[in-house]
Amino acid sequence: MSSTAVARELPPGVHPEPTSFWRKYIFSLDHKVIGKQYLFYALFMLVIGGLLATLVRWQLAWPGRPIGFMGKLAPEGMPNGVMLPEFYNSMFTMHATIMIFFAIMPILIGAFGNFVVPLQIGARDMAFPTLNMLSFWTAVPGAILIIWSFFVTGGAAQGGWTSYAPLSAVMPKGQTLWLISLLVLGISSLLTAVNFITTVINLRAPGMTFFRLPLTVWALFITAVLLLLALPVLSGAMIMLLFDRVLGTTFFLPKGLIISGQPLTNAGGGQPLLWQHLFWFFGHPEVYIMILPAMGITSEILPVFSRKPIFGYRAMAYSIMGIAGLGWIVWGHHMFQSGMNPILGTTFMISTMVIAVPSAIKTFNWLGTLWGGNIRFTTPMLNALAFVSMFVIGGLSGIFMASTPVDIYIHDTYFIVGHIHYVLFGGSLFGAFAGLYFWYPKMFGRCMSEFWGKVHWAITFVAFNCVFFPMHFLGMRGMQRRIYDYTQYAHLKGLQPMNQFMTISLFVLGLAQIILVLNFFLSMRRGKPAGPNPWRANTLEWQTASPPPHENFHDIPAVYRGPYEYSAPERGADDHWPQNEPPSGRPAAHG
Amino acid sequence: MSVPPPGRGIRIGLAALVGAAAPSLASALPFWLKLPENVSTYGGQIDDLFRLILWITGVIFVVVELLLLYFLFRYRHREGRTARYTHGSNRLEVIWTIVPAIICVVLALLSRRSWAEIKQNMPQQAMNVEITAEQFAWNIRYPGPDGKLETPDDIVSLNQLHMPVGRPVIVTLHSKDVIHSFFLPEFRVKQDAVPGMTTRIWFEATRVGNWEIACAELCGLGHYRMKGFVTVETPEEFERWLAETAREAAS
Repeated sequence: MSSTAVARELPPGVHPEPTSFWRKYIFSLDHKVIGKQYLFYALFMLVIGGLLATLVRWQLAWPGRPIGFMGKLAPEGMPNGVMLPEFYNSMFTMHATIMIFFAIMPILIGAFGNFVVPLQIGARDMAFPTLNMLSFWTAVPGAILIIWSFFVTGGAAQGGWTSYAPLSAVMPKGQTLWLISLLVLGISSLLTAVNFITTVINLRAPGMTFFRLPLTVWALFITAVLLLLALPVLSGAMIMLLFDRVLGTTFFLPKGLIISGQPLTNAGGGQPLLWQHLFWFFGHPEVYIMILPAMGITSEILPVFSRKPIFGYRAMAYSIMGIAGLGWIVWGHHMFQSGMNPILGTTFMISTMVIAVPSAIKTFNWLGTLWGGNIRFTTPMLNALAFVSMFVIGGLSGIFMASTPVDIYIHDTYFIVGHIHYVLFGGSLFGAFAGLYFWYPKMFGRCMSEFWGKVHWAITFVAFNCVFFPMHFLGMRGMQRRIYDYTQYAHLKGLQPMNQFMTISLFVLGLAQIILVLNFFLSMRRGKPAGPNPWRANTLEWQTASPPPHENFHDIPAVYRGPYEYSAPERGADDHWPQNEPPSGRPAAHG
Repeated sequence: MSVPPPGRGIRIGLAALVGAAAPSLASALPFWLKLPENVSTYGGQIDDLFRLILWITGVIFVVVELLLLYFLFRYRHREGRTARYTHGSNRLEVIWTIVPAIICVVLALLSRRSWAEIKQNMPQQAMNVEITAEQFAWNIRYPGPDGKLETPDDIVSLNQLHMPVGRPVIVTLHSKDVIHSFFLPEFRVKQDAVPGMTTRIWFEATRVGNWEIACAELCGLGHYRMKGFVTVETPEEFERWLAETAREAAS
């Protein structure tokens, strides 16, 4: 790290450029390659998670209607193409599990985090490149295990992604694989978290103070801290559940359980609510783990395409910390109706209401950033704007269930499903799309097609709202979530046409993603060459070649100013001002 | 000259689409924003809170989205425009921290009162019922002539909850196997039934009629059909039904 290091000698942690195919593309130590590996991994799992969702929605639109080819593909779960209830339960469980752990987290943290953080702080790589490689190659067996679980007797896990005990303790074998898979994946995330934290603290370029960090780095840094503290709690709980399942312990099994007429003789002394406390103690920070990086990406993109400094940089950084801090004391709002002491419910309601404030601060600052700007509607910008407008819905709908009495009615209904999808699709996934269009030129040296990017964005935005907005209405009519056939209930029968509309919209939404896939792959060869800085952005990743050389920068850049100094009056017609440009205007001689 | 640029056709088409969709969506909204009928004494409080939050969040939603659209239109890139060089405003930060905080805390305080009434305090002079959930049925138990539960003269029924109108019912919830959730949509009642735990809730019907009991917590493959029925009747009808059920059980 010493700035007087001998030029030809590699600083600690930096590895020589690999020459063999295996070391270059498969077991690479390079954060840029690992970031791309995570990107492909996450996009692949995103497709699987999406296909599972279409099966769920098919059943909801046309309960019991056969799908011919599925009868051959999954003869046990869908004999003659007709979905069985246990298969349905498995589909939504795996949809959520795969989307949360194998698609959204890897794309935001694994892909963008890995690729962007060292570049934006002006480092040559992550602090621990070998550990970084191990993180990715621990995430791979995790994915293999979760996919394998579809093929074991009884099918994949079917207890919901929350896997409430005791149900999850008495489910078929797929649940065990689910637990092992997520335990393995948890190790991967922990390694990544340690690496991110160390990197951001220690490898910042000279002059890159904490309050000159791009907000993406801030968001990912805090996310890594959340991961580091939250995941061990989930892992601990999952080990206890695994022991309950295979070793005969009874952490979550109370006395006197009778499962399908058979008394569970070993049961006793356990507490089902313990699982929920542990799960949500992890699970609520987890929601922020999935949204903070997307908030960071949005905060990155809005100034670039408004050609304006971010409004309230420090307020943005502090509100990330505020969300992360308050995120630890709100988990009980998932348990208002669980039988937890209602007085505790009041406490959690107040902390939950308060956590809406930092999110509001962020939203207003995004609006402030647009105010008085010089706005260009590029594809990354459109997706970032979609994030802002949809996150508003996801944030506001959260206030309904924060109110304990209102939650009595809407808890475990489609209102909640609508809320979570406005946060995770409207928020996280639009944030991921924004990041993908934004950093693609840096990753692959070529731009994606703006035209097809806009077509993809427009269809996705409209179809997304047609799929997910009506979920609030279904919830208000009392339609429970995780229900195989709601037409069993007299008061829900009339909801079928709305469900059909949503499912058809989902088909449109799914087909629109083919545009993204084609644009993604075809642009690698045919896209317009990007040049180092196609968006005329200030942050350090744009001050080096696209794609960046093995060691990212020829010389480590020196940083002279904050990341969002756009349209500064002293710059005249030049509306950008790179972080590493010396005040005199001459390029730095050396770092 | 007369050929518009390709982008313009798309824009006009989109505007027409939005113009056609917006009124039809707006006219459907009142229908979809209605909550189902409420037949419990405290359900009205829940609905009022729901509507209050709907109004508050609805106004915030419309203002924020309109502001967003206005900024996007007003400050769109034009030749010669220069963006305003500003890093923010501490006064605005303070305002938009304090105002949402006040709104949220007030909502919490308003909610606290109803919550305490619904879940923390049990009414006097109530009828006691014990419900034990199992995969995938509701076992309902009424006290017999001795007025006490868990005695040999208890009256049991499966999936049929009968209750008199105008008298609070206290339900003691248990579960035999996994977690279920006792959900009466029209009563705005929901409470998980957790094995190894006893949970008490109460509600009071405001009119006679027939509704359904739903299970709201995933409890296995038969979760979707774990349905029960609730019948609210006059006290006389209720007593008659109870006596009949007891007689049937005895014979």
